[in-house]
Amino acid sequence: MSLASTTCTTCPYCGVGCGILATPTNDGVDIAGDPDHPANFGRLCSKGSALGETIDLSGRLLRPRVDGDDVGWTQATKHVAEKLHHAIRDHGPDSVAFYVSGQLLTEDYYVANKLMKGFIGSANIDTNSRLCMASSVAGHKRAFGSDTVPGTYEDLEEADLIVLVGSNLAWCHPVLFQRIAAAKSRRPRMRVVNIDPRRTATSDLADLHLSLEPGTDVALFNGLLARIEQSGAIDAEFVLAHVAEFPEALTQAKADEPSLTGLDPSELMAFYDLWIRSERVVTVYSQGVNQSTSGTDKVNAILNCHLATGRIGRPGMGPFSVTGQPNAMGGRETGGLANMLAAHLELTDPTHRNAVQGFWNAPTMPEAPGLKAVDLFDACADGRIKALWVMSTNPAVSMPAANRVRDAIAACDFVVVSDIFPDTDTAKLADVLLPAAAWGEKSGTVTNSDRTISRQRPFLSAPGEARPDWRIISNVADAMGWGAAFNYQSPVEIFREHAALSGIAGGLGRDFDISALSGIETATYDDLKPIRWPVTASRSGGRFFGDGRFFTPDGRARMVPVAHRPLAAATTKHRPLRLNTGRVRDHWHTMTRTARAARLSQHMAEPYAEIHPLDAEALEVCAADLVRIESDHGRITARALVTDRTPRGSVFVPMHWTSNWASDGRVDVVVPAATDPISGQPELKGAAVSVTAYRPNWYGFAASNVEPLTSEVPGIGYWAKAVTDTGWRLEFAGDVSPISWECHARLLFGQGAESFTTSLIDRGAGRARVAVHDGESTIGVLFISETPVEVARAHVIANLLSLSPTQLLAGRPSADQPDTGAIVCSCLGVGARTIADAVTAQDLQTVDQISDVTGAGTNCGSCRPELRAFLIPQLPKVAAE
Amino acid sequence: MPERLVVIGAGMASGRVLEHLFEDAPGAYNVTLFGAEPRGNYDRIMLSPVLSGEKTYEEIVTHDANWYAENAVTCRFGEAVTGIDRDRKVVLSKEGETPYDKLVIATGSAPFIIPVPGKDLPGVITYRDLDDTNAMIGAAAKPGAKAVVVGGGLLGLEAAAGLKMRGMAVTVLHLIDHIMERQLDPAASQLLRSDLESRGIRVHTKANTHEIVGTDRVEAVRLDDGIEYEADIVVMAVGIRPETALAQDAGLACGRGLHVDDQMITSDENILAVGECVEHRGSCYGLVAPLYEMAKVAAKTLAGEPAAYTGSSTSTKLKVTGVNLFSAGDFAEADDREEIVFRDPGRAIYKRLVLQNDRIIGAVLYGDVTDGPWFFERLKSQTDVADVRDTLIFGPAYAEGTALDPMVAAAASRGDFHLPRRSGPNTPSASALAA
Repeated sequence: MSLASTTCTTCPYCGVGCGILATPTNDGVDIAGDPDHPANFGRLCSKGSALGETIDLSGRLLRPRVDGDDVGWTQATKHVAEKLHHAIRDHGPDSVAFYVSGQLLTEDYYVANKLMKGFIGSANIDTNSRLCMASSVAGHKRAFGSDTVPGTYEDLEEADLIVLVGSNLAWCHPVLFQRIAAAKSRRPRMRVVNIDPRRTATSDLADLHLSLEPGTDVALFNGLLARIEQSGAIDAEFVLAHVAEFPEALTQAKADEPSLTGLDPSELMAFYDLWIRSERVVTVYSQGVNQSTSGTDKVNAILNCHLATGRIGRPGMGPFSVTGQPNAMGGRETGGLANMLAAHLELTDPTHRNAVQGFWNAPTMPEAPGLKAVDLFDACADGRIKALWVMSTNPAVSMPAANRVRDAIAACDFVVVSDIFPDTDTAKLADVLLPAAAWGEKSGTVTNSDRTISRQRPFLSAPGEARPDWRIISNVADAMGWGAAFNYQSPVEIFREHAALSGIAGGLGRDFDISALSGIETATYDDLKPIRWPVTASRSGGRFFGDGRFFTPDGRARMVPVAHRPLAAATTKHRPLRLNTGRVRDHWHTMTRTARAARLSQHMAEPYAEIHPLDAEALEVCAADLVRIESDHGRITARALVTDRTPRGSVFVPMHWTSNWASDGRVDVVVPAATDPISGQPELKGAAVSVTAYRPNWYGFAASNVEPLTSEVPGIGYWAKAVTDTGWRLEFAGDVSPISWECHARLLFGQGAESFTTSLIDRGAGRARVAVHDGESTIGVLFISETPVEVARAHVIANLLSLSPTQLLAGRPSADQPDTGAIVCSCLGVGARTIADAVTAQDLQTVDQISDVTGAGTNCGSCRPELRAFLIPQLPKVAAE
Repeated sequence: MPERLVVIGAGMASGRVLEHLFEDAPGAYNVTLFGAEPRGNYDRIMLSPVLSGEKTYEEIVTHDANWYAENAVTCRFGEAVTGIDRDRKVVLSKEGETPYDKLVIATGSAPFIIPVPGKDLPGVITYRDLDDTNAMIGAAAKPGAKAVVVGGGLLGLEAAAGLKMRGMAVTVLHLIDHIMERQLDPAASQLLRSDLESRGIRVHTKANTHEIVGTDRVEAVRLDDGIEYEADIVVMAVGIRPETALAQDAGLACGRGLHVDDQMITSDENILAVGECVEHRGSCYGLVAPLYEMAKVAAKTLAGEPAAYTGSSTSTKLKVTGVNLFSAGDFAEADDREEIVFRDPGRAIYKRLVLQNDRIIGAVLYGDVTDGPWFFERLKSQTDVADVRDTLIFGPAYAEGTALDPMVAAAASRGDFHLPRRSGPNTPSASALAA
């Protein structure tokens, strides 16, 4: 590869949409934050910083595959087109479905949506954004008449109060968190309230953490609305002029009972009064609000408070939905969901339909919404869907009742998966695999959480025969006979068309209008700086609704009467615990990319379950035990992390692990497919589960420079693996002890009898340690114990290739070697022990001092909330004024 | 007026008694030292390097003429003591009577000679002193000379290795099926055997010697099964027994060895005994470390200071260059014992610790004996090793570590992490708060 200059592009992870400077080097690519990008101003989180470690081509899907055979694009495209065509011919357009992704670029999304809705003639295109922000979309539309995020990221810095609801911003949107943290440090009177059943890294910044009962956000914000009215804080002028259904919403709010939150009345009042007296208040909400059977109502309960006080669309105030995907917003703008049309136009509005059909010169147009994600896979299961095309997402892991979804995909007559890897849990089920271009290879635009459109630009050539999704889709459309409508040669052509369509939408009174870009020159597009929509002849960027003009037919916002509803799954004696799910700091979604970066697996290398100490005690579960978490839908196994961060009665499990990385770590197999009646978003944080200790005969830890062959070794009942700088690491457990641990180790590391073993066997203590080596270099080392393995993992992994087998078997550094402990700062590899020792030895008092002394937290800063925990433990702070 | 102290035996034990005595009570005694060998104290355990040619006699002398002169020791070397008259408090030798106020018996041990035909033939050599050593060195000087060593214990194997280094063809005969069975378990024994065989030493186990064949001098050794090994010399190294003849004749209480109490006093309050000749609390010792401990106590007793010897745990090293083995304590298997076994066959390293009630009671190290003394220290002190058990076999370099965290997740940090441990959900342990 020839060395290129630096490319400005955009991060492919969360919805913050950080600008990235990518500079190819001789052996990879240097990644840095773009100091000029308005989302991050140079900052990056741990995941973004490690992007350079995720771009190697190992394991990439490089050619189209039909029924397991590599074929050329012509044949693959023709095959897909024929299958789709046959399904439409024999079973109608609604027998075809696309399940797409918030990782698609806007141009990809636009083409997929156009093909499905305008040409195939069905609305059966849904997206993993259904799992992410569908409730926000629905709530926005009910209140504003449009799916509009009113504010901008600057509001987060200008606010006097930030309320973070159902958001672990510190881990899920780290750069926004850091912007808030920086603002708070500049302006100490700024207050932060964190509303989350769980105490998280985000709580570290909070002046007040409200650990409410799961699913009681509506009651909380109804209580706030009632308190607003009671304290005379209603903005009567704004409400009278611009808001409808205020009385109904207020009446309903007063009927609700804030005590359902389980919060102490004094906590509630502290929060309510703080909110009420802070005119500049931004209520940020994320998956804790959206992923709920009352998600839409939760959104409206929040919006109601902002509408009643007129705190919307002005600097430093407003409701703020933060999205979890790089282009969730772009998907919404292109209409790539089953209940949308395009350009924020309404599928069920004949005027809108006609306008789009005319614009596309489309032969057909569905009149009713298509199947939303959960229904879509149900339809695969029951045979209504005959042909399914999954693009860039992994529903066999991420959907609720994931085993049912996996089986539904397997049962579907014809399944196409376009992705960059052939071995995702979903790709393994495909009849046809189409190699897509990856981040760094493709070109287009994404829209972040504050409506800023940024370019993703290529700095690598697509490997093998991989192609951008828009081209893959267009080629299939062409093969189906619709070439004239899909004759795109480059993304800019699609973008122009998308922008032109948004102009029509704008003409119809819609919010999303970037028509000023519809004639954009190719060079201008290539050089496009981040730009916040709308972008029209008369308007560019800014906030919405400060002027009190909404996108409802009468121009007035709607307050929506909402009432608390319990979570769909009731806990029972049999399923007594509430399962909460979410993200970890250093992994993203189903880990297809982040699991490739060794440093991102240092932080959390195994699926785990946070359990409150009292629950753990009742369950006779100790720290680092393995636990089974089970519902009527499925069961997973995870490592117990006993902590009071998670409240009693609740267990938290991260969402990321797939069958590629753990034997039983797909948490969504446990989650039932209960959905919000309006948004169709599944309740991913509310399953009723039982937790039991899994007591294997032995626990194991292994580090190796070859991939451990867990399937080759009999008796392994649990495993989770991750890549490391020196190869691989494996946590595992088994129910049967082998006769020879040396043989076990050879099998695990794929070595024959010619290899050497060095072993330590202590049968009385139930311990065995074996290093397999070639006489000099270690191939792998395993540690077996009848209790959870206690070993200096970071030490073993870091020194796997440098220490002798015997030194490795000691499992810890010798007296003259330092032990860093588990890695806390992924960027600089600073371990917990290093930090703790520095704090003790030098009596460090602040996070900044820790950073100065150890270097931890000085790059991306994502670990800074965790660093604080190393200081002298502090009691939760109360809102002080 | 100094008292008269007579010491019988100029071996390692008596040398050490005198050193301590001159330090503890200078001038308290006029000392007369009898030695059967015509030379003073030397480091008998270093005879093997002399045999192998790696050291000279001069290098292993511990006390030279100057030392005896400085301390006014009357040396009666080469003069065998023939009797003790306890009533008159004199020892008898061919030069006459020597009176004593206090007497120390340090006659050591005598090699055990198996009672087979031919055992008295010239060329049958024991391995006890410098003369034996020089006899073997002399025999090895003949090109193509062959040696048969009877006994695959510590002494026999050191002799075998030394003779091999001197160029002899060496065969070791051992009665049972693994060599050095008192010090090594079968696994370590096998490693040692492989090492010796790789040096060209033939090892024949389960070898029951039937007869030493020869007319004027030894020619061969014949086993019960008829196999014969040619031999220019036969080294008898099947064991030792305490040399108590003199004491028994004097009517001192003896069992296997000469009985002493914790002050090293025999049944006669004016007679002490140290070294391989004694039996203390039912034990006889054939290794140097207990002898030194006895010597320290005996000197105190002579100096009139309170001291007590309470017995020794022993450890063994084989002094064969290139062979590293260490053995201590009891390493037989039993139901109430547990073992920690380290195997590194690629480097011929084997380590086994035998534990009882979380205490080391036995240790066998082969190939890497660096940590032997450290294990031995814990064995002797009966240190509870439960807390360091997982790294115990890796020795002191790994013994000082802090508690390790079984959690993979680093999200655990102080202050918000509660880790009850396996010991029971009700017993949270501070050590588990490792961040």
